[in-house]
Amino acid sequence: MVLEAADRAAVRALWLKLGSNVGVYTTEALERTFLAFPSTKTYFLHLDLSPGSAQVRAHGQKVADALTLAVDHLDDLPSALSALRELHAHKLRVNPVKFQLLVHCLLVTLARHYPGDFSPSLQASLNKFLSHVISALAPNCH
Amino acid sequence: MSLTRAERTIIVSMWGKISTQADIIGTEALERLFSSYPQTKTYFPHFDLHAGSAQLRAHGSKVVAAVGDAVKSIDNVAGALSKLSELHAYVLRVDPVNFKLLSHCLLVTVASHFPADFTADAHAAWDKFLSIVSRVLTEKYR
Repeated sequence: MVLEAADRAAVRALWLKLGSNVGVYTTEALERTFLAFPSTKTYFLHLDLSPGSAQVRAHGQKVADALTLAVDHLDDLPSALSALRELHAHKLRVNPVKFQLLVHCLLVTLARHYPGDFSPSLQASLNKFLSHVISALAPNCH
Repeated sequence: MSLTRAERTIIVSMWGKISTQADIIGTEALERLFSSYPQTKTYFPHFDLHAGSAQLRAHGSKVVAAVGDAVKSIDNVAGALSKLSELHAYVLRVDPVNFKLLSHCLLVTVASHFPADFTADAHAAWDKFLSIVSRVLTEKYR
């Protein structure tokens, strides 16, 4: 699975625009995921998940850094994300369906923050990119 | 799964705003669906699906009108959508997975048009409501 040139360009351009706010949006996405899909909290019993929690913000930043790493290694996601794959697939054993829920919440979050600027085609490119990330984190599983 | 009173209030009050842009929202949700999930186009071989097509607009209107019917009968969604449920079960036979995809695209569209209103609580309420609508539309399949 290789991301096409147009999709890569769209994702890189978006990431430039997001700048240092990626963490803000991934944190909001996590908060929305926990609220709308409470079963996802099961992986975070060790964290304070109350609204505004610093631990959720810290985790949001981790997710942001991982996504930024992915954007910088679009040519070789499986290798760039191999440590994270170890962690999610083998140690944490996250049900892959849960990644889709987080992706949904991330897309909703970005649509909110860039109203009028989150076109169907940008959504489609981002969706493809995030599907590749999920495949790299949970191979064989979807 | 049923809506709490708080969730009903959120949905009914947001519907007031959403319904003023019903056609735009319905059309955009379908554009997002067909861009991100091209396999969904399979149910529309008889349509011109290019952005701005009159058929896309007409269909988008129909979809949002149906959601509106469900909102107006929020205490009896099954009753309000009974004919549509039969249509999808016996005639259209849309694979249930596609309702999740359309719901996702509707939520991204609503988030993009009403960023301030689409709080995490509103998001959770709408996700639940659209799950109920989807369940009603697929409950006569077998």
